[in-house]
Amino acid sequence: MIETGINIALFSMLVVTALVAVRLRHLFGVVMLAGAFSLLSALLLVTLDAADVAFTEAAVGAGISTVLMLGTLALTSRREKIPSHRPWLPLVVVLVTGAAIIYGTLDMPDFGAPDSPAQTGVAAEYIARSPHEIGIPNIVTAVLASYRGYDTLGEVGVVFTAGVGVLLLLGGLRARRRRGRPDGPDGEEG
Amino acid sequence: MDWSYILGHMNYWLFTVMMMTGLYIVIARGNLVKKIVGLNIFQTAVFMFYISIGKVSGGTVPIFPTDMEIDPEVTYSNPLPHVLILTAIVVGIATTSLALALVVRIHEEYDTIEEDDILEIETRIAREENRAHGGAMGGRA
Amino acid sequence: MRHHLILRVSTKLLAGAIMLFAFYVQFHGDYSPGGGFQAGVILAVAFVLYGLVYGLEAAQEVLPRRVVHRMMALGVLVYAGTGVVSLLSGYAYLDYNALNPGMPEKGQEAGILLVEGGVGITVAGVMISVYYAFAGRPPRISDEEW
Repeated sequence: MIETGINIALFSMLVVTALVAVRLRHLFGVVMLAGAFSLLSALLLVTLDAADVAFTEAAVGAGISTVLMLGTLALTSRREKIPSHRPWLPLVVVLVTGAAIIYGTLDMPDFGAPDSPAQTGVAAEYIARSPHEIGIPNIVTAVLASYRGYDTLGEVGVVFTAGVGVLLLLGGLRARRRRGRPDGPDGEEG
Repeated sequence: MDWSYILGHMNYWLFTVMMMTGLYIVIARGNLVKKIVGLNIFQTAVFMFYISIGKVSGGTVPIFPTDMEIDPEVTYSNPLPHVLILTAIVVGIATTSLALALVVRIHEEYDTIEEDDILEIETRIAREENRAHGGAMGGRA
Repeated sequence: MRHHLILRVSTKLLAGAIMLFAFYVQFHGDYSPGGGFQAGVILAVAFVLYGLVYGLEAAQEVLPRRVVHRMMALGVLVYAGTGVVSLLSGYAYLDYNALNPGMPEKGQEAGILLVEGGVGITVAGVMISVYYAFAGRPPRISDEEW
């Protein structure tokens, strides 16, 4: 019961943070709110028994993403302009989509129900078999690296590709040449 | 519609509100950095939904004791959503950094990161090109 | 630009501790929350912190761009290479029992250690090189305007 209370309180704080981020026009404030949002979601993940995920979210959200967002602001601008079009159409789209999703959740099993379809599938097998098949205490690591090794290989490939993409866009692969005219005499293909 | 039903579904409804907040920022705001923050909020909402599904009431973190003497009385929460979301968070920050790099390049090219201004500049360039080449292109065919 | 003395001294103290923590998370991932993804990010944070306080050049003297770019590819190669090793010894791709056929559990443990190492190297490399790429651009906003 207390657990549910903490859970709903933290979730509400998360929602309030997101709503404030909509209103705020000062981008520095928005980025700081995004950092607070990550930290709150890490807390919530701990109450939901996801220690590994909370750890990742805290390290990524508070450590790296805030720094990258601030770096982007330093390279661009700090204030958001007021958009010219009216917000009614987006609001209607969002409300209709939200209503559809809530309608979809109505016949979902209760939060934390031990007999829900998600609990009775392959997860029970992982918990039962990993002690003697893999032999390491952390089930999450066992599933991540061994049972679902292909999946993780793909994810590492995506991270690698995204890194290469950033380097191509921001020219980190070699010392940046002066930006000349591409059709000028210096720009000829060798 | 009793009290325990509402408590049991509160999480799903709050996650929907959060997800729709992110979607609203993405659609309604013109600033590209803010759009990315909105996408991140949307993404976090989906993560929360996944992890909520994996929670078993009375369960604990899916890590066995170090000496591997497992007490059969203990219930563990579902480790599968944790694995999926753990990797998704790191992939999410990698793709976010790619999006931010695109924003930086857009700012270097257009000197603005507001969607309205970029569209205006694009329309102007298109109109000028039309005026310069339009006659020759349209006349021959 | 020179930051405040307290910032510089505490950064020097913290950077080493953060790196040590990253390695703890990496190698203790089998027994406690943690693993390659978290360790890579934490290791990157140490260099980001150092670069923020002492400047990009100082950070790149410790860890040059070339090394970081090699790290990105090396991690994927270590991961995929583990799979190739098990493939060559007659098992399925990424089946770690191949690493120690007599004792499958030891093989699994070794395989997970290798694979998590690859993940950590790639994630750290990507995060540090993304930070280098962003910080290497000339800023548009001066420090006073914040």
